[in-house]
Order: sequence, then structure tokens, then C-alpha cells
Amino acid sequence: MPMEAPQFHRIAERDRALVRFVIDRRSCEALAGDTLLTALLTNGRQVRSSEFGDGPRAGLCLMGACQDCWVDLEDGSRLRACTTFVAEGMRIVTRSGADDGR
Amino acid sequence: MEDRPPVVIGAGPAGSRAAATLAAAGLAPIVVDEAPASGGQIYRRAPAGFTRPYRTLYGFEAAKARRLHEAFDGIKGSIDYRPETLVWDLKHGALHCLFDGRSREVPYRDVILAPGARDRIIPFPGWTLPGVYTLGGAQIALKYQGCAIGTRIVFMGTGPLLYLVARQYAQAGVEIAAVLDTAPFAAKRRALPGLLRGGSTFAKGLWCVAALRSSGIMIANGIRSVAADAKDATVSTLRYRDAAGTEQRLACDAIGFGFGLSSETQLADLAEIPFSFDPIQQQFLPERDIAGRTPVPGVYLAGDGGGIAGADAAEVGGERAALALLEDRGHEVDKPHVAALERALCRISGFRVALEAAFPFPADIAAGMPDETILCRCEGVTAGEFRRAAGALGAGEINRAKAFSRCGMGRCQGRVCGPAAAAVLAAALDLPLERVGRLRGQPPVKPIPMAVVI
Repeated sequence: MPMEAPQFHRIAERDRALVRFVIDRRSCEALAGDTLLTALLTNGRQVRSSEFGDGPRAGLCLMGACQDCWVDLEDGSRLRACTTFVAEGMRIVTRSGADDGR
Repeated sequence: MEDRPPVVIGAGPAGSRAAATLAAAGLAPIVVDEAPASGGQIYRRAPAGFTRPYRTLYGFEAAKARRLHEAFDGIKGSIDYRPETLVWDLKHGALHCLFDGRSREVPYRDVILAPGARDRIIPFPGWTLPGVYTLGGAQIALKYQGCAIGTRIVFMGTGPLLYLVARQYAQAGVEIAAVLDTAPFAAKRRALPGLLRGGSTFAKGLWCVAALRSSGIMIANGIRSVAADAKDATVSTLRYRDAAGTEQRLACDAIGFGFGLSSETQLADLAEIPFSFDPIQQQFLPERDIAGRTPVPGVYLAGDGGGIAGADAAEVGGERAALALLEDRGHEVDKPHVAALERALCRISGFRVALEAAFPFPADIAAGMPDETILCRCEGVTAGEFRRAAGALGAGEINRAKAFSRCGMGRCQGRVCGPAAAAVLAAALDLPLERVGRLRGQPPVKPIPMAVVI
């Protein structure tokens, strides 16, 4: 799959161990100490889709207050992306089937 | 029961100082904090493996951040510290704490609430697009993750954080399209005598603005009618009206916005502390005296969770609340020191009044929000739908309007939309803000797994 344009851009603290994880079946790389939100947004621009059909969402407050960045994992569990560190082998789903025609 | 350790909720400036004060008196408080490390939002510590020094992370406040971290680290071994733990309910002398997917009941006799604050926001058309973050969020990306939220950013809103975050991004070499302040220049000029009482805090603020201007970044005052447009489902343009009423457009791939801070009050509500309307902060706040005592025996309140006063006041307030708790338990306290703490709190609150006057919450922007704006992003409720709850359905206060519209009923419990929703409702009903009431806190105060409660 092609690289997606990232929303977040690294400007410091680049010297950390690589973490490999998966977004929508695409292999991606992050750095140890990245939150899951950082890991997702340095690899793309979407964290989830609004349940109300108003488009993609990508978090808001980054401090665990707004609850906008809860993401789905392939195993059906859910995590709040801004307060969870990315871990090797995580498999995240940001797009539901309905978004595929986007 | 007599020996039950006091509980401190939150490990930011207020909670850290409260805990250190209790530990110094020989008590071993339980300190519950949602974050993995102490420091709160303002002095949030970088994750393990990050190497930027204090000076880079905290700027002017580096020494304060270090002192607070060291004070907490010094007592860590002698207290019962529970990081990564969410207090999701509090009633009848027990906290309900979620840690690692499991909930535990923690009985308490005395508790100091130090829950802090969050960005106060006003929704605008396009604010749910990827690329739009709160000012606090933009700062966390930079300080805690070493990331910029975009490559060409507009910072918009009002308050000291607007200029501080913009300055931090500029210093990190990120392109800033503009800094747009909703506060008119005249408001700042009028507030000047009061601001001058802020001494070095005010000087740092002025320095921030001057540094932005000297790097050629446009700063506009008194802006209105903000809306973001998207390209490929990401923010691409910010539109606004300048102080002269002319529509302007700025190309950008990210927006950081916020309008001051809002106190985190859910736990105070569950603890049954009475609330009253604070005309300065334009928010209902739990009642406390200067010592941090609330009308509920055994429940104390410190820091921004009881009213926005900033990190310095939070440290002083945390210490003062802990001393109040100790006094109430029959400990001897140093009376002249207590008096000095209270004088410091009074001084800071005078400066805060001037700050609110210089950077007023633009309730008119919220009230005039276009009908199609998503007001509640959790439940996808538009401002028009919310106004209909007030108009056609006859909701006369905010909890009724919430029941009719679902605005404020979602996963954030109204933390995000609450202040703006109150302003929309007040305008729709033609009532002053304090007459539409406040969203009641409900457990769980944040989402928890269903398996925990059944």
C-alpha cells in the first residue's frame, strides 16, 4: 500500500528504538515512547471514522480528556490512543468497511 | 478509621505539593494519578528514552518543573503512589479506581482533589477535521512527543497559552501562518494596570509576543467568524473575519486553538460539593475557601480544578489544602507560614482577574455559532439541533437540553462542548449564562470497560 501523508511531523527526539506495528493491514514504523496517537498520525491522518458519518477523526486534546481518539484493534479491543504507548505488533483498524470507497 | 491515610487525587503541581506536605508531616498519603508520571499537564514529563533537557522542555519554568519533580521523587518511596489509575467514581467515602483493566474500591476519610484543567474550546465549522487540535494538545505533541501537529499552523483563540504555544512552535522551527486572537486590542490595553501586578509572569508573556512579532509572524487581534475548510478530508484553509470585518483566508495544514482553560469538576460534583457561578471564569465552580476546604467535611480542593489560577497558585494551594487537612486532623501547623501562603494566593488571584479581562471568553462567538456546526463531537449533534432542544422542545436548562439533544451525553461527558453549549443555550433562551445551569457530573467520569462494572 502507498505511504500516506502524515499529520504529525517529528522535529526532535528521533533517536529511539523502532517499533513495528500495523495500521489497516499496512506495516508501519513508530518509535519507542510514541503514544499510539503519535504512531498513527506520523503514518497518516486518520485515527477513526465518526460513528455519525461526519468523516474521519484524528483526536483533539492529546491529554485523555476529550475521548476522541479511542481506536479499534483487530482483536476487537479498544484503546485510547493519546494515553497508550505504541507496542510492537499492535494491529490497529482506523477505517471501517464503509469508508473503503472514500 | 483514624489511621486511614489521606488520599490525593492528581499529581500535578497541586497534588504533588499536597502529597509532599502530608509526607513531611509524617503521613503516607495514597496518591492516585491518571498519568504514568507525576507533573500534571504543565510539568508533564517526557517518556523514558527522551533526551531533551529541562531548559528545552519547560523554558522559563525549567527550574520550577525540576523542583516539583524532585519534590515528588523524594517522597515516592514513603507514600502509596498509584500512577496510571483513573478515579471513575467517588461516593459514600470510597473511590472507585481503575488500574490495568480492573476496578478497586479505596475507602477514604479525607481526600484532596487536585484534578487540574483542560482547554476551554468553542466549536467552529470544520473543527472535527484531522489537523485541528487544542492548544494544550499542540503543546503536548511538541513537548511530550517531539512532534509538530502540522507543517504550516494557525494558532487561534485567546489567552496566555495561545502565545506561549505559538512561541514554542516558532522556536522549534515550525512555520506559523498566523496567531489569531479573538480578544480585541482594547481589552488588553484596559487590563494593563492589573496585568502589571503579575510581575515576572506578565513580563514573560510580553517577551513571548515580542519574540513572535520579531520573527515576522502575523498577530491579529479581535478576530471573529472562524471556519476551517478541508482538502482530502484534512484541514487546508482557515477563514476568519479580521477586526475591520474583512474576510481573510489562510492556507494551513493544522490549527491549534483554545480560549483559556476550564476546570475539571466532575469528581467535586460526585463528592457533593455545592457549586456556584464564577463571574470571572464564566463557569460553575465547586465551592472552597482560600485554604481549600469545601463545605463537605473531609473533602479539600486544590489547584485549577477549583478555579483557574495557574501552576504557581496550584503549588501554593496544594500545600495550603494539605495543611488544612493536617489542622483538621489535630496537627500543629506553622501559622505565619499558612498566612504567607494565603497572601500569595490572594496576590495571584488579583492577576488572574486582569488576565480574564485581557483575554475574555468570547461567548458571542459560541452564541452565534452557525446552525450546521457540530457542537458535540462525541454524539455528532449540531448547534441547530441543540437550539431546537431549547426552542421547539422547551428545554429551559442545560441538563434538559442534553436529554433532548444528546449534546454532552457522549464519551467526554460534556468536557469539550459544555462551556460553548451553555453559551449557545443562554443565547437561544435569552438568559444570562448562570441561569442555564451546568452539566451534572456522572460516573464513570471517563469511559471504562463494561466488564468492570457488571
